[in-house]
Amino acid sequence: MILELNNVIKIFNEGTIDETVLFRNFNFSVNQGEFVSIIGSNGSGKTTMLNLICGSERAQEGRIFFEGKEITALSEYRRAAFIGRVFQDPKIGTCAGMTVLENMALADNKGQPFGLKFAINRKRIDYYRSLLEQCEMGLENRMHLKVGSLSGGQRQALALVIANMTKIKLLILDEHTAALDPKSSQTMMYLTDKLIQKHGITTLMVTHNLRYAVEYGNRLVMMHEGNIIKNLHEQEKKKTKVQDLLDTFNAISIESGNGV
Amino acid sequence: MSVFINICKVTLEEGFMYAILALGLYITYSILDFPDLSVDGTMPLGAIVTALLILRGVNPWICLLCSFFAGAFGGVITGALHVKLHIRPLLCGILVYTGLLSINLVLLYLFNQGTSIASFFRMPTIFNTGIGKLIPESIGGFYIRTLIVSFFMAMLCKILLDLYLKTKSGLLLQATGNNEQYVIMLAKDPGVSKIIGLALGNGFAALAGSVIAQSKGSADQQMGVGMVVLGLASVIVGLSVFKKIPKIKATTMVVLGSIVYKAVLSTALALGLPTEYLKLLMAVLFVVALVVSMKKEKHKRRPAA
Repeated sequence: MILELNNVIKIFNEGTIDETVLFRNFNFSVNQGEFVSIIGSNGSGKTTMLNLICGSERAQEGRIFFEGKEITALSEYRRAAFIGRVFQDPKIGTCAGMTVLENMALADNKGQPFGLKFAINRKRIDYYRSLLEQCEMGLENRMHLKVGSLSGGQRQALALVIANMTKIKLLILDEHTAALDPKSSQTMMYLTDKLIQKHGITTLMVTHNLRYAVEYGNRLVMMHEGNIIKNLHEQEKKKTKVQDLLDTFNAISIESGNGV
Repeated sequence: MSVFINICKVTLEEGFMYAILALGLYITYSILDFPDLSVDGTMPLGAIVTALLILRGVNPWICLLCSFFAGAFGGVITGALHVKLHIRPLLCGILVYTGLLSINLVLLYLFNQGTSIASFFRMPTIFNTGIGKLIPESIGGFYIRTLIVSFFMAMLCKILLDLYLKTKSGLLLQATGNNEQYVIMLAKDPGVSKIIGLALGNGFAALAGSVIAQSKGSADQQMGVGMVVLGLASVIVGLSVFKKIPKIKATTMVVLGSIVYKAVLSTALALGLPTEYLKLLMAVLFVVALVVSMKKEKHKRRPAA
């Protein structure tokens, strides 16, 4: 097991009248090499779970293990040494005010000291270019442009490449195609799958796109109000269709009193 | 005619000296996006440290380094207050500035026989020893040594900063101001980066204080009043006036901005503005520069949207 969440309790606005309990003894684990698609309605706890794993939020109780070692108290930037993350907002995964090349030079140095050596090593540029060529977006010809001048799709592709530049053990995709147009979104998903297959990296992907959830990955998890209500592995997942997931969503909706 | 040349000369001298301060504020305000008010305290700290050391016979070139480190230490405190104790940036600056008001006075009282101003006229300074001594004192009746040494100092600082910004540490500093989450994803603590940036910014401010004190031959607490406004105005004027020049570096724009700002001030004084109004003029000019630069940006953004 590469990742384990044990008896996690997460309460928002604890001790106020707005107190909401999201996770009550929440358990979740991921095996080495799994590509897990995670779906669920808004407020089901998908993003909070990712935040707890990455360390950008803390749980009130419970323990988190990575490769058998406890990381519950480890700060977010220390966890980033082995976790790569791509956010929904393409602006978060890159630095707008810097060039593509500068962004990549920084990412290339992840895990090493940031001292007084020159950041851009000309010998590495060809390697960066080969990484960008895989995106098939013409990014390799825009290396000296500021990232802020790229389109959302290009920025997100760059963010994905950057997250995978150094050896990471876990890739977190937080609705990373949601802010893109349908065409860019499709390209992004294709690129994501290619990268994951190539590196064999363990991945958690939160998505609202049920088709992507069904088509990609080898495990499917559905969350609702802080619980995992569907957990389908390899064979079961293959048999699942978008319609089945839609039916479950509708059933939950009626249960919660939102039905038509 | 010679009066006019003299005004130009003094404007350039002061422009170059205050450019070092402006470069410091460029680091904190533009690169790091941290409004740092501690500069009003670290600039005179640099001046006072230099004055006290020169009075004790320390080489004035070494005094520059000592002042830089004294200022950098002030910057570390500002940064630590923000990063470790989570105090708002503006408040951190005010707190360090207020603390330095006392520290600067205590330094003067302890090491300068209880006076609040440290004078070292005719003592060795960077303007009359070392490289400074190699420069001819005057050409055609104009005393040019100060101009050349201050130009040299401003260029040295600009080039060193340019080089630093190309290093891994420098690039990480730029990323910190740009997108903190990106720094976290690089498995680096953005807090450390911020502290380094504030140390550099205040180091530059104190270095400017040292150079200015050496040119005046004295140092006191009053020197620091209005330095944040002066430095920031230079940064904003420089970045908005010279933006159109192709391939110009931001640091060059800041140095030029400092000269333009000083030129406007000396023109106003030459036209007969009483000196009491100088700080008011500084503040008004700052507002004008800020508003003009914001208008320009707005105008630029519209067609892109």
